[in-house]
Amino acid sequence: MFIVIRLNHSPLTIHHRPLPIHIIMTHNATHPQLATAFNKDEARVGWHDETLWWVRQKRDKAAWALPEWEQLRDTASAIKQNVLSNLHDYLVQFEQQALANGVKVHWAADAKEHNEIVHSILQQHNVTQIVKSKSMLTEECGLNEYLANNKVEVIDTDLGERIVQLANEHPSHIVLPCIHWKKEEIGELFHQHLNTPEGNADPKLLTAAAREHLREKFLTRKIAITGVNFAVAETGEFVVCTNEGNADMGAHLADVHIACMGIEKIIPKREHLGVLLRLLARSATGQPVTTYSSHFQQPNAGQEMHIVLVDNGRSVQLGREDFRNSLKCIRCGACFNTCPVYRRSGGHSYHTAIAGPIGSILAPNLDMKKYADLPFASTLCGSCSNVCPVKIDIHNQLYKWRQVLTEEGHSPKSKTVAMKVMATALAKPGLFKAGGKMMRWVLKYMPWLVNNKMNAWYKQREMPAPPEQSFTEWYKKNRT
Amino acid sequence: MSSKEKILAAVRASQPALQPLPDVNDIAAVQFENNVAQFTAVLNSIGGLVVNATHTDAIKEYVKNNFAEGINGITTVAKLNDFPLLSTETEAHLLANIDVAILPAKMGVAENGAVWLTEAEYGIRALPFICQHLIVMLQQHTIVQNMHEAYKKINKEQYGFGVFIAGPSKTADIEQSLVLGAHGPESMTVFILP
Repeated sequence: MFIVIRLNHSPLTIHHRPLPIHIIMTHNATHPQLATAFNKDEARVGWHDETLWWVRQKRDKAAWALPEWEQLRDTASAIKQNVLSNLHDYLVQFEQQALANGVKVHWAADAKEHNEIVHSILQQHNVTQIVKSKSMLTEECGLNEYLANNKVEVIDTDLGERIVQLANEHPSHIVLPCIHWKKEEIGELFHQHLNTPEGNADPKLLTAAAREHLREKFLTRKIAITGVNFAVAETGEFVVCTNEGNADMGAHLADVHIACMGIEKIIPKREHLGVLLRLLARSATGQPVTTYSSHFQQPNAGQEMHIVLVDNGRSVQLGREDFRNSLKCIRCGACFNTCPVYRRSGGHSYHTAIAGPIGSILAPNLDMKKYADLPFASTLCGSCSNVCPVKIDIHNQLYKWRQVLTEEGHSPKSKTVAMKVMATALAKPGLFKAGGKMMRWVLKYMPWLVNNKMNAWYKQREMPAPPEQSFTEWYKKNRT
Repeated sequence: MSSKEKILAAVRASQPALQPLPDVNDIAAVQFENNVAQFTAVLNSIGGLVVNATHTDAIKEYVKNNFAEGINGITTVAKLNDFPLLSTETEAHLLANIDVAILPAKMGVAENGAVWLTEAEYGIRALPFICQHLIVMLQQHTIVQNMHEAYKKINKEQYGFGVFIAGPSKTADIEQSLVLGAHGPESMTVFILP
């Protein structure tokens, strides 16, 4: 789906960091392959893991501080269930209200149409340079690449997004876009692009440099794109949450504000913002609320405001009974931070705009073949479902996708072969017993036969000593 | 068939049977004994500063003591006659030179230290974001318990633009190190007034 930009230099010579996602996509690498590459640097994996776990712990503290936390989750879940069951009417109502507020509303059936709509607004105003605050939807649609191919310069203004953009990468996390970058590397990147002193990796200095660099963009760009966290059917307003204030700096200083949103971002009433805003930042970073929760109801005086409502597979997912609940997602990233697989494999190993457990449910809806590996990138431990502020049964859906993908013939080959062997053995007790006996003998006398590179099970694992006898043998001997 | 018709038809065909909407009034939210104390503790913990004052003169004193002489201050509160009054005709981009903006909030929220501002009171949308330092005037009795109460109070009000602000602009994108003053104000001071 992404439009690929080919770089002049070979991907192998870039750096030791995970490869940029557009390169990953041309190479058709799978999650296990990309995770293996990420795992080569063990110290970095440990650091990545610990950093995200720290964010997860901050989330826990914030959640535990509210005795009504579980009630909030139940309520948020029910609000979103209602939205999904009445989405048609809410979309119609939202459009009516937004139009009455003086906002222009566009409908895009897919990523291509979304990109074309945005580009056409730019063309109407003869604008070739824009600023954009965080919007995972535009990442999903490959908007930056599309506009670049049409000679439009897009400056991402969220600090983390700007960092990955300067490095020609995509965000590796929906809330913490450059969580895989070390400050020394950012110092080097900023030295090259923003002229900061060589060897200086002070976050304060680097942030100040980015502030100065981006202020100039805010003050000179005529069109700003933002994402949307919530859109209220009752009032036609939409809410954008940031800590940096970059969405507001862009939107209020531009002549034209374009807000891009997936159709599932609708909520029925303004009062529902109270529930969802209480959950969002606490789940994301452990903050009681984001610094800015900006409510856009009408265009600024003399300004044009556009909303682009995007389907891009959402109406299909809505029709998949087992997976429709994934559309309740409010993009807090809590499931990423808690996931033992995400923390140790990095966001780019998911080779899709929205990584992590929730992304692994959303991506196969868009392309089953391409993303068949993702529902298998999970231990099914259920931690994601436990932290989800809108109670999406993420791990159940990952498990269900595995069955759908296997039925459709898309499951990973290595797993398919192993599963078939296992199914045969389990169906025939005699074979199972003989196999068990043989393996105990092999593990004891010829461990190298199984503990080698051919056997993925042995990666990063040591096996315990094999027992002398099977349970059945032990039971026969001891039952009297 | 337009994309709108296509999307709406697909949504209608896919959406499940109607599920009930919960009543947000059923949420048994934690109640703080002292709204002001809770608001103060939370805002101070997220990089803001709360000053309890009896009179707006305290703001003038605070600015004099904390900022260099000759700083560029501005306000939309007419009674603060020590500072130039913002003309709503001002071109927003020119506000990039404002060091300190003193703006009125309509409400504070105890649970998260946020203040609610609407465009109608503070004049130009960009101002609380583009200024280097933000000072907010908040009347003590307007502090509510939580976001549920806040939205009850906002009710059906029409505002072109409204915003909850909780602390200075900040980022932790570089190795999760908190830095104040990402794009917007480096500091936020809330004066709680009677």
